[in-house]
Amino acid sequence: MGIFSNLFKSKKRKEKAQKYKIGMEKTRQNVFNQLNDLLASGQTIDDDLFEEIEELFIMADMGVDTVIQLVNHLRETVRLKDIKDAESLKEIIVEEMFKRYVGTDIVDTNLNIEAPLNVLLFVGVNGVGKTTTIAKVAHLLQKEGKKVMMVAGDTFRAGAIDQLRVWSERVGCLFFEKAHGSDPSSVMYDAIEHAKTQDVDVILADTAGRLQNKENLMKELSKIHRVIGREIEGAPQETLLVLDATTGQNGVSQAKTFNKVTTLSGVVLTKLDGTAKGGIALAIKESIGVPVKMIGLGETVDDLEYFDIEEYIYGLFSDVV
Amino acid sequence: MAFDQLSDRIQMALRRVSGKARLTEKDIDEMMREVRLSLLEADVNFKVVKQFTKDIKEKAKDEKILKGLNPSQQVVKVVRDELTELLGGETSVFTLDKSKQTTIMLSGLQGSGKTTTAGKLARYLSEKESMNPLLVALDVYRPAAVEQLKTIGEQLNIDVYDEGTRDKPEAIAKRALEHANVHQHDVVIVDTAGRLHIDESMMDELKQVKSVLNPDEILLVLDAMTGQDAVSVAEHFHGSLGVSGSIITKLDGDTRGGAALSMRKVTNVPIKFMGLGEKLDALEVFHPERMASRILGMGDVQTLIDKVEENVDEDDMMNLMEKMQSGKFNFNDYLKQLKMIKRMGSLGGIMKMIPGVNKMMKNADVDEKKLVYIETLINGMTKEERKNPDLIKKSGSRRRRIARGSGRSVAEVNRLIQTMDQQKQAFKKMGDVDPNSIDPSNPMKGLGNMQPPAQKQKKGKGKGKGGFRF
Repeated sequence: MGIFSNLFKSKKRKEKAQKYKIGMEKTRQNVFNQLNDLLASGQTIDDDLFEEIEELFIMADMGVDTVIQLVNHLRETVRLKDIKDAESLKEIIVEEMFKRYVGTDIVDTNLNIEAPLNVLLFVGVNGVGKTTTIAKVAHLLQKEGKKVMMVAGDTFRAGAIDQLRVWSERVGCLFFEKAHGSDPSSVMYDAIEHAKTQDVDVILADTAGRLQNKENLMKELSKIHRVIGREIEGAPQETLLVLDATTGQNGVSQAKTFNKVTTLSGVVLTKLDGTAKGGIALAIKESIGVPVKMIGLGETVDDLEYFDIEEYIYGLFSDVV
Repeated sequence: MAFDQLSDRIQMALRRVSGKARLTEKDIDEMMREVRLSLLEADVNFKVVKQFTKDIKEKAKDEKILKGLNPSQQVVKVVRDELTELLGGETSVFTLDKSKQTTIMLSGLQGSGKTTTAGKLARYLSEKESMNPLLVALDVYRPAAVEQLKTIGEQLNIDVYDEGTRDKPEAIAKRALEHANVHQHDVVIVDTAGRLHIDESMMDELKQVKSVLNPDEILLVLDAMTGQDAVSVAEHFHGSLGVSGSIITKLDGDTRGGAALSMRKVTNVPIKFMGLGEKLDALEVFHPERMASRILGMGDVQTLIDKVEENVDEDDMMNLMEKMQSGKFNFNDYLKQLKMIKRMGSLGGIMKMIPGVNKMMKNADVDEKKLVYIETLINGMTKEERKNPDLIKKSGSRRRRIARGSGRSVAEVNRLIQTMDQQKQAFKKMGDVDPNSIDPSNPMKGLGNMQPPAQKQKKGKGKGKGGFRF
């Protein structure tokens, strides 16, 4: 089993991967068990098989370009090594996935919150779950003993401020708001001034959802980003793109544009408890090199996990190999 | 508009065949390979893609087409027809029986835009159908969802029924209907909590709400950016509730909107509306044929006409057209024209509905702010100058004064004069074009002699760059 079994020798790692296995149950059932059936031993390797593999990966929202490259690589390897049995394709696929997404670099998915006062800025399109994610992160950081303050930076959508306030009460952290319709940059400015007097460790800044092709809204975001950086050196320590795991190829466009405007430090993938395949995590890693740092696996404040791409791939393929 | 990128790709594929006098099966295969990839990249479900490409191949390879007259145009027509079919064929008319109270229930995943859409729908029915809607807040789970709907109701001046989050949705639903009866609301729009389609207990709750409401319409609200999963979402909701239609939201983004295409095909549930922005008036009826034309870059003249009819006084328009075509066109008319256009919505959006313009406009920078600058410039002119543009053209000092007065540069004044001159010429020529002669695969061909000056100009020294014309 070569490279793969070596990677997962350590018991600890396997235990951690187990967590993903549970969270990603649907994904595995839908896509990768099918892959398993497809690559059962005794299957002949022909064009139809390649096409079916292609379709399976596309179904996982992995990105058409990536999938085509991957499958071409498979074809090539089969030809060069004169592989006859479909089962040995599994190993080649897993190996290639690791080469592609893990490489040699060590991906640090921990949140960078070592400064005296840290700002985590949450950005994303409408309806991806920014506000809920902030609640979950607040809960997580409070458990780690940090003093957290939420900032209601979505002054546009009806009910957005109330929604965050309710969460702050449930989680039991500080909350900063200004009136509906206020300039979001001024909200951030005042929030930071306030936080400095309250001995806060981490500010979690919400922003209004915006589609990445709305130029004015993106400019507004860049201003928010700038204002935060002016008030605290090195802030925002993290700019996290919140992305709905059910999103298709548009996720890549979201990641690219938001990255241009605010320089993302990571991605939070939400709603992974659906039947979503979350293959978009791979597509994004490949297109802008920003790692997925956390994933949302449910609706309660506890349903948030740090993300590790190796474990994720392992979770996907644990039944295959 | 959402389908832009999809249409770019498909147009490229079609260009492979268009213009060829003779087509072989190989040409069709090559074209369809491109079409297949572009659909997959647009998140169209791969099963749908498979069927779609197979159908087109069969029809396009028909002897009559390959050996007939103008095979390339025929093939383009096949693609267009199939695409229209894929999007649902006929427009699904949203008619409500006004003799009785109608109930509409919205459902969907979290974050698909149900609450906003509920508001948009209420506004639509109240303004376009003169109905008296009641919005009902049944999302008792998401924090502040009820407040959100109440705020929207206030903005629209439409009644909202809510009981906070104390009771079960089905109990609130029952009392909401009674409330609607007492207060004589003829249509009840029910917002429900977002839920995952695989969450059985939540889906059961929705079924109970349904049995209490006995709704006339159950609409699935679906985010246009959804990936391959869209089909399974639609199938689940349809399976548990028997959905009567869908509303695709966030189509104003740059998503390629493939989810919308596949969902229709797989569930056979018609798309009734589309959401095109965060504002509460950004809801439009979905027309499959128009959308197919737009995807194929053939423009969407019908929607443009609708928009014009809705927003522009016909007499005004005729006057303006006459003036334009006769060449007697001054800055007062220009200002009027600007105002009309502003009323119709975003300039970029309008441009895309005009056949052929989509392709040309690709790189042109349609900056809405420029409209404001131009208005300021014109406002800075004297009455005489507005009536007689020549005055400005001949006098450098007038141009400088206008620039100073409006806080813009002299170059911008020059550009404005230039733009108007070009427009005058273009419209003069337009009088001669017969719209029926427009070839769908190459809509600009018929307009050969009125290629807008934009392109010619670009080859110059960059003069007039960023200028715009309608």
